[in-house]
Amino acid sequence: MASASASHSDARFGLDRRVTLLGPLPLDCGAALAPVEIAYETYGSLNADKSNAVLICHALTGDQYVASSHPITGKPGWWMRLVGTGKPVDPARDFIICANVIGSCMGSSGPATVNPATGTPWGMDFPVLSIADMVRAQALLFDYLGIGTLAAVIGGSMGGMQALSWPVLYPDRVRAALVIASTARHSAQNIAFHEVGRQAIMADPRWRKGAYYADGDVPASGLAVARMAAHITYLSEAGLTEKFGRRLQARDGAAGADCDGSSFGFDADFQIQSYLRHQGISFVDRFDANSYLYITRAMDYYDLAQPHDGVLARAFMGTKTRFCLISFDTDWLYPTAESRRIVHALNAAGAEASFVELSSPFGHDAFLLECPEMNRIVDGFLRAGANR
Amino acid sequence: MTALRPDLRIIADNIDAGSRVLDVGCGDGALMAALRDSRQVRARGLELDPANVSAAVTRGLSVIQGDADTDLADYPSGSVDYAILSQTLQTTRAPHLVLEELLRIGRQAFVSFPNFAHWRIRMSLLTHGRMPVTRLIPEAWYETPNIHHVTIDDFRSLIATRGWTCDGEWFLSGDQQTSRGMANLLAEHAVFLLRR
Repeated sequence: MASASASHSDARFGLDRRVTLLGPLPLDCGAALAPVEIAYETYGSLNADKSNAVLICHALTGDQYVASSHPITGKPGWWMRLVGTGKPVDPARDFIICANVIGSCMGSSGPATVNPATGTPWGMDFPVLSIADMVRAQALLFDYLGIGTLAAVIGGSMGGMQALSWPVLYPDRVRAALVIASTARHSAQNIAFHEVGRQAIMADPRWRKGAYYADGDVPASGLAVARMAAHITYLSEAGLTEKFGRRLQARDGAAGADCDGSSFGFDADFQIQSYLRHQGISFVDRFDANSYLYITRAMDYYDLAQPHDGVLARAFMGTKTRFCLISFDTDWLYPTAESRRIVHALNAAGAEASFVELSSPFGHDAFLLECPEMNRIVDGFLRAGANR
Repeated sequence: MTALRPDLRIIADNIDAGSRVLDVGCGDGALMAALRDSRQVRARGLELDPANVSAAVTRGLSVIQGDADTDLADYPSGSVDYAILSQTLQTTRAPHLVLEELLRIGRQAFVSFPNFAHWRIRMSLLTHGRMPVTRLIPEAWYETPNIHHVTIDDFRSLIATRGWTCDGEWFLSGDQQTSRGMANLLAEHAVFLLRR
């Protein structure tokens, strides 16, 4: 991903960047955040007229490592199927930025960072955030980077909420918005699943009202259960059946196992159990429980139509941004109907918009997986912008 | 634009440069791409088939996956210069309502459809007594998407009943333009330009 460009001599650009901006950043809750720490990465180089900036927005538990290996897990970037050399978002053409959202735990201001008033981690004293707050923090970052207008903002899931919010909050600063597997509001069902996750964390005796940073004894069990519950919503029943069915775990010398492999106890007999447990346990190594509370809360409060008397079309009135929405037919977390609702509002607002529902067995997670058709659409949509 | 279907060719040749267009049932966006590339037309599309939508968006066109029968209501009145419905009218559940929507959204509307009263279809029905299967109507009755077959005279009658104005009409036979005379018998295909 390295490229010999002028921007590489600029310390603001490159991998694993951190910046502390003075702020204050006024928040929807009424409080203000200062300073504002933002951890981010950039790929490619900013062209002379600064017209090739593409912002990638990450999802709930994502981070800025969109196309470089994760410092904790060592895994490759989370969207390298879409971002990289020869991919639809290509550092040879685009100047790509991905920033950790505020409230998160990979270097941007959040409950685990230090509260300047006390010199200790914020914990639950961190102000409650909104999706719009996350977007405003990104805009602060672009002020710092000297980028006025984005060629495109791209996101899936919660990243899609940010991508959709960008042209609403900054109509003159974004030329194209690509919103994948996302929604314009959190539904009662979405909020309900998040509430289960939050209650699991808060019910963990190690949570201690969020003040667990001093001794590092984190509410790992609560966070793991939250992740397990959420992970089910990212998959589809058909996908689960195909991948796991009722298959049992192959275990040697399982105590009391009968000839079928059933323990008649509460061990992880079924493959789906051990898969979910693995998802939960590996998650706690890389994510902060309080961040999980804050970000899920921001998603629950998200409703783009609310400041516009509940009329979504008004949020987009007069927009000059081009929109592209993609949904997946097996996604029941943010189903196609939610994308259609956005499309209807965009049509009513006279916006230039594209929308397609793609077929995939993988549920909500489909946007992160191999999907050649999605890549072709993203490529065509972005190139159409580059041609004008 | 050489590869354009003949009815699309007629529509393309009669659209003002730089105008705004909504192509309802735009397929893979062939007409929209031609209009954009040769006439700087700002085109948007609506298409039912997801594979077609993908193909159109991949070409850089703004196309929404949706249904002409249900998804036109959101488009603001008078928001485009031309609404286009090519070879789609006969597949809609309520063609008259779709046309009303078209004429509400566009200042003018192009409508093209295969003429069910073409002499070859009449002959086929007369001699075989079976639902005709022709070049322009290639599917058998049980699998055809064409659920509302229409003739040129039927369409003219609808125009009169609804009080619409016809700003132009073109007729095709064997991919060549043919005269107005006895069009209901001799034309395989018709293109109308309407306004309310």
